[in-house]
Amino acid sequence: MIATGTIEAVWRIEQPKLAARLVRYLRDVGQAEEIAQDAFLLALERWPRDGIPRNPAAWLTHVAKNRALDLLRRTTMIDGKHRELAIDLAELEHETPDIEAFLDEDIDDDLLRLIFTACHPVLPAEQRAALALRLLGGLTTSEIARAFLVPEATIAQRIVRAKRALRDAAIAFETPRGKEREERVASVLEVVYLIFNEGYVPTVGPDWLRADLCGEALRLGRSLAALMPEEPEAQGLVALMELHPRDWPPAPTSRAIRSCCSTRTVPDGTGR
Amino acid sequence: MRFMMLMIPGGYESAEPDAMPSAEAVQAMMKYNEELKRAGVLLALEGLHPPSSGARISFKGAKPVVTDGPFAEVKEVLGGYWMIDVRSREEAVEWARRCPASDNDVIEIRRVQEMSEFPEDVQKAAESFKELKG
Repeated sequence: MIATGTIEAVWRIEQPKLAARLVRYLRDVGQAEEIAQDAFLLALERWPRDGIPRNPAAWLTHVAKNRALDLLRRTTMIDGKHRELAIDLAELEHETPDIEAFLDEDIDDDLLRLIFTACHPVLPAEQRAALALRLLGGLTTSEIARAFLVPEATIAQRIVRAKRALRDAAIAFETPRGKEREERVASVLEVVYLIFNEGYVPTVGPDWLRADLCGEALRLGRSLAALMPEEPEAQGLVALMELHPRDWPPAPTSRAIRSCCSTRTVPDGTGR
Repeated sequence: MRFMMLMIPGGYESAEPDAMPSAEAVQAMMKYNEELKRAGVLLALEGLHPPSSGARISFKGAKPVVTDGPFAEVKEVLGGYWMIDVRSREEAVEWARRCPASDNDVIEIRRVQEMSEFPEDVQKAAESFKELKG
């Protein structure tokens, strides 16, 4: 019998990469998230019985790709004008036989695009945070709700609204460049900081420190710093979070975050 | 929670002092390290020279005794470590499973003791440690 904890651990490692690849083809964060979720549910059903596959990433990708293909075929049939989608469909079908090679491809750009899309400034910060924890942290809706001390329905609604807003605004799945980039990077970092701060000084609830959220923010921040080594603000935010002792107060302030980021601190906060 | 993944390479107890991994092995390992970094879980990692160039300082009786390596009686020795920050023990196990290790290698995972786990009197005794760390 495979423990649920093990399946969840695999999921958390694989979810961001799976979502990033799916969004590349589907160009829709909402659909990608739903298909990824379907794949996870199937894993929860099958793996306890059949064991964890030798290559769980390939298994999940295979399941998700088949569902994505079904979806693209349906969409292309309904609306023949979706020529771009048809091109993606051909690409996706072509790639299907060799999933292991597909998994070997560089994923950094897709992950970055996913992060920038999920944390687009068109969304209110709390929706961005919920979507980021779901897509990039691999947390379930109920886990996010527990962490933020709000009802599960509230988080579910935030995620639904966020996905709809991204679709309605036709947000392009891309890494911003030029002048727009600065604003978009700030929009992403704001999400990381919001999650960290919520863990550090919860607005409501009994625990004065919710390390789960601090940990999520730190991992998200480190991941961003790794994906955007050229962004001093990302490095600075990680340094500041790492420097804050998680075992005791006081809490960081947004002003401290800003001043730290502008001084371009070294990445890991230790001065090395 | 932090875990240390301790790499115990097969045969490292008797490796020559200048033993170095092959370029191929290093390349596979770097890819794995990149994966850890991209996931935001990697805190630190280091590789260690073999015990044949090290020494053991044992404490028994009044005076510490220094013995130069290699150590004939020791069967498993460290070759390096990763410090990772993950959500659960299962996640640490999952990351360790993904390591491109060689045949006969062993990875042991051990959770790092956090200050908040200690009883109050121990925390008090360790108060200056916070400054050391900070």
